[in-house]
Amino acid sequence: MILINCPYCGEREQSEFTNGGEAHVIRPKDPDTLNDKDWGQYVFYRSNPKGIFYERWVHSHGCRKWFNAVRDTSTDTILKIYKLTDNKPDISEFQSSLKSPSGEPAVGSGNFAVKK
Amino acid sequence: MWESPEPKKGYDVIIVGGGGHGLGTAYYLAKEHGIKNIAVIEKGWLGGGNTGRNTTIIRSNYLWNESANLYDHSVKLWENLSEELNFNMMFSQRGVMNLAHNEHDIKEMKRRISANRLNGLDTQWVDTKQIKELVPIMNTENLRYPVLGAAFQPRGGVARHDAVAWGYALRSNEMGVDIIQNCEVKDIKTDNHKVEGVNTSKGFIRANKVAVVASGHTSVLAQTAGVRLPLQSRPLQALVSEPIKPVINTVVMSNAVHAYVSQSDKGELVIGAGTDGYNSFTQRGGYDVIEETVRAIVELYPIFGKMKMLRQWGGIVDICPDASPIISKCEVKGLYFNCGWGTGGFKATPGSANVFAHTVAKDEPHKINEAFNLERFSNGRLIDEHGAAAVAH
Repeated sequence: MILINCPYCGEREQSEFTNGGEAHVIRPKDPDTLNDKDWGQYVFYRSNPKGIFYERWVHSHGCRKWFNAVRDTSTDTILKIYKLTDNKPDISEFQSSLKSPSGEPAVGSGNFAVKK
Repeated sequence: MWESPEPKKGYDVIIVGGGGHGLGTAYYLAKEHGIKNIAVIEKGWLGGGNTGRNTTIIRSNYLWNESANLYDHSVKLWENLSEELNFNMMFSQRGVMNLAHNEHDIKEMKRRISANRLNGLDTQWVDTKQIKELVPIMNTENLRYPVLGAAFQPRGGVARHDAVAWGYALRSNEMGVDIIQNCEVKDIKTDNHKVEGVNTSKGFIRANKVAVVASGHTSVLAQTAGVRLPLQSRPLQALVSEPIKPVINTVVMSNAVHAYVSQSDKGELVIGAGTDGYNSFTQRGGYDVIEETVRAIVELYPIFGKMKMLRQWGGIVDICPDASPIISKCEVKGLYFNCGWGTGGFKATPGSANVFAHTVAKDEPHKINEAFNLERFSNGRLIDEHGAAAVAH
């Protein structure tokens, strides 16, 4: 289980939190002008990177406040936690250990074939 | 055994992903469509992904016509697969039972049974007394969410998961398909909206058509070709117990308390847990998910209370917004996707491979997978199967 450092309560187990999916998804300013394809992109399509991912969490069984996190989805390492009022950290701040888009990280993937 | 050749410079069709769906696609392309210059490229070993990680349950009791047709096409192929591949699938139609624990469950399941029967499926309602006869070890009354009845599909059951991969691999290899293991596809090369081939850890391989069947990693590979898919990848866990004497001779699933269980031929209980609540590519999953499932299992079957669990593992599943798969071409010419199976792709292996081979060979969908296109996420014709998908997500 991951430990998540809530910016308001401190470090707690992940099961206290609920994931809110990708962060920084902006609702289109003028939905009436969008065609079906673009509207579908907003409603159904979310980034699904292997590696660095910006996401939202809410401390459901704690302070019930929302915040953002940057996590490496190939290892589940949380790289940064920041409040909703903070600016989106630039991706260049973080290092990805993946050599190819679908590759395995050196450690932490759970895939024993790559751990030796 | 199948051969392990070095890749040729180019192929008519490259299939990315050597699981059941991918190898099956190669088999049906060679057998039914006469395309034999095919390579199946696998990052690890054959069937080492979700084909080897699922709980082997087969059923077709889905709500909508499109899904019922697709999944039952698969069940019908399962029924003759051992004979067709001359390889024992250990397919056992021991029935699949979905428990109802509250008034809403009863209504939803009875609706689904009616829809199933209109589609010619054999789903039926069984009451608590009949459940007790079928599964005497089940605690139906003395628990927080009592068992009030169940939807039962006798044609459902289980099969040996590895056998599917091995059977398709053997027979497609005999027809000339190259199976290349330990070779990772790093990206898909396109030029002017047409597919050119794939860059792999063994170099560039040219292809007229590329079919991606890489489950959890499909959207990552699609991205390299500039295609965005509406998928989210999450860990899904399962566990098996120490082997015991036969105690349960059907598959019992419960959405409400989230526990499903069957007994393998070796005697192990095969238990499926839920997905983790966040995107991840680590084939592990959180312990809280296992805890929740085991809690429900022990309450439903007090007899399992002191059993030891042998192993636990996770696989990465790709989940679609409507819990239905995508078997479709896309805006890049010559690039095809069979993905989004989420938590329930194993049952569909032969059917999905069969219609996907048709889609790749003819460059147009088979009648059965027409509705499972990418356009549904812009025209709104979703096939919402959240109710029939047994795993909550």
